[in-house]
Amino acid sequence: MTVESTAARKPRRSSKRTSAAKTPQSSEPQLVQLLTPEGERVEHPDFEIDLSPDELRGLYRDMVLTRRFDAEATALQRQGELGLWASLLGQEAAQIGSGRALRDDDYVFPTYREHGVAWCRGVDPTNLLGMFRGVNHGGWDPSTNNFHLYTIVIGSQTLHATGYAMGVAKDGADSAVVAYFGDGASSQGDVAEAFTFSAVYNAPVVFFCQNNQWAISEPTEKQMRVPLYQRAQGFGFPGVRVDGNDVLACLAVTRSALERARRGEGPTLVEAFTYRMGAHTTSDDPTKYRADEERAAWEAKDPILRLRTYLEKQDLADAAFFAALEEESETLGKRVREAVRAMPDPDRLAIFDHAYADGNPLVDEERAQFAAYQASFAEEGN
Amino acid sequence: MAAQKLSIAKALNESLRKALETDPKVLIMGEDVGKLGGVFRITDGLQKDFGEDRVIDTPLAESGIVGTAIGLALRGYRPIVEIQFDGFVFPAYDQIVTQLAKMHARALGKIKMPVVIRIPYGGGIGAVEHHSESPEALFAHVAGLKVVSPSNASDAYWMMQQAVQSDDPIIFFEPKRRYWDKGDLDTESIPLPLHKAVVAREGSDLTLAAYGPMVKVCLEAAAAAQEEGKSLEVLDLRSMSPIDFDAVQTSVEKTGRLVVVHEAPVFYGSGAEIAARITERCFYHLEAPVLRVGGYHAPYPPARLEDEYLPGLDRVLDAVDRSLAY
Ligand SMILES: Cc1ncc(C[n+]2csc(CCOP(=O)(O)OP(=O)(O)O)c2C)c(N)n1
Repeated sequence: MTVESTAARKPRRSSKRTSAAKTPQSSEPQLVQLLTPEGERVEHPDFEIDLSPDELRGLYRDMVLTRRFDAEATALQRQGELGLWASLLGQEAAQIGSGRALRDDDYVFPTYREHGVAWCRGVDPTNLLGMFRGVNHGGWDPSTNNFHLYTIVIGSQTLHATGYAMGVAKDGADSAVVAYFGDGASSQGDVAEAFTFSAVYNAPVVFFCQNNQWAISEPTEKQMRVPLYQRAQGFGFPGVRVDGNDVLACLAVTRSALERARRGEGPTLVEAFTYRMGAHTTSDDPTKYRADEERAAWEAKDPILRLRTYLEKQDLADAAFFAALEEESETLGKRVREAVRAMPDPDRLAIFDHAYADGNPLVDEERAQFAAYQASFAEEGN
Repeated sequence: MAAQKLSIAKALNESLRKALETDPKVLIMGEDVGKLGGVFRITDGLQKDFGEDRVIDTPLAESGIVGTAIGLALRGYRPIVEIQFDGFVFPAYDQIVTQLAKMHARALGKIKMPVVIRIPYGGGIGAVEHHSESPEALFAHVAGLKVVSPSNASDAYWMMQQAVQSDDPIIFFEPKRRYWDKGDLDTESIPLPLHKAVVAREGSDLTLAAYGPMVKVCLEAAAAAQEEGKSLEVLDLRSMSPIDFDAVQTSVEKTGRLVVVHEAPVFYGSGAEIAARITERCFYHLEAPVLRVGGYHAPYPPARLEDEYLPGLDRVLDAVDRSLAY
């Protein structure tokens, strides 16, 4: 697998790049786009957005730092500091765009790849690494940032999000809930059940599917025969496909879906059409199943590059901005590296912690036996 | 190819290849089993040689995978289903327990369910959660299912052949941390019956009974105990449902002591069943209560703690000492 930090390398100018004739944009007119791969602003009748230069630079910064963090985690896995890493490379716009559409009181149910959304929620990125290092199964308190724990069993969290949203509605609150999942996960029965429940109970939930074209080795054709976003219609709520590499469009579309949910109009399915540029995880070998040219074609649609082109063309950011960001990226990388290396192994007895909220005599007994057994080694001087 | 040295992974691969070659009704189904050859490469190269009709990449839906395998079996096929990891079988648990297990009985024996469900299981590979579990008791508890687990390459090869030929649904647990262990395989020998236990090492002082990933640990424990002058017999149960209680009884009648070892939690685990039955059968032969070594009644811990959680040599030997102290 090759996962490079493009934050660290000089982005190439995109002016001469032509998007391939068979890109999803041309074959899928429904794709909402506000910023072309060439960095041109375009309009969409249903989704408008008006951002200040500060906000635009903020989105760029979020994407660059998220990519830097991701690259650092990949490197740390290669160095043996993490057991596994699920990279988001290429999906920064989908995550930052949707993540920045959220209000503090909204609630997020992620998969295992939502590092950019976690960033938007204010979760310290080093907290995301514990489970990949193998020191815990989560590492953050979901209620602090309204960002639920990563869910590994695919699709499960869409039901949790729906139930949570049903609770929000019962409480008469006007917050909304977002469930993230992948194109592969959309095949799970749980996801279909989440669609059913959310529609029937008019739950204020946004289903945000990052269609990154692959579910490990299986392309989307092995999951579905109609475009994913169209599926929503059969359940009785709207679906929209957005250019997942266009941070502005992702922001606008998610914002609109959240507003709809807040107004009490129920769920929306957002399909962010994007691409997983790296391997599925660091354990995966994409050369077994996909062609290099495919990645190359998607690189031309890089979400970060595209916003940079726009910022530069519009004179919204100067060299000093980019230089400062570069430095900030390096600092982040260093902080993450140091934090991971300093992350202690958990205490052995932690195995028994939190098995139950109200305690359980069997656990207490096993814990005591385990402690005595461990202590016996110390006595022997081993 | 008669006798050769192969890893368990490769032996399974060869066995699946043979099954596809032998019977055109055999199918392989699962997530990533095609081009990728499965995340553990157990089905490597099979789609290339047998085509997408026989080695089927399925949508990511375990209930769908097992449910359609049931339908295919009703139509005369013999599906071999791969569940990617132990913790991901539960979306299919409903289909397995409420449908697959009971179909034969409901049809008064008129329907056969020759479905094999392969599950890489157990810990020890440093994975994230849901990738290291040992849910065998949850399946063994269900009438209508058979549950097996090979511990070496030869058994991997032959037990898979037998599972595919069986007309009953078989949950085939593959000890994933042993996938890369090599062993002898003779593809022309006559294999043991699928549900027969085997004495993996002879001994006279105490019996260690295990299956799958823990057999190796028990063999190591027996070797270590030998140095202390203790003679341990190691039984490889191979099948958790049915269990070859006769073999356990024979061994216990000889040694007078039994320690059952598995990775799964001890509480309500297969060790409990074995302890109860053997106590009934061998009450007057037992010199000590049957002891169990296994996982705790706690969620499988994060990878950095799994060495503490999984029974290792020391915990097995500790139980041996406790048994011998009676
Ligand atoms: C129920 C279940 N089955 C299988 C897996 C193993 N698995 C982990 S990720 C994955 C692919 C998921 O693809 P997709 O939903 O498209 O999301 P992506 O990883 O591409 O973001 C699979 C098969 C799992 N985690 N859970």
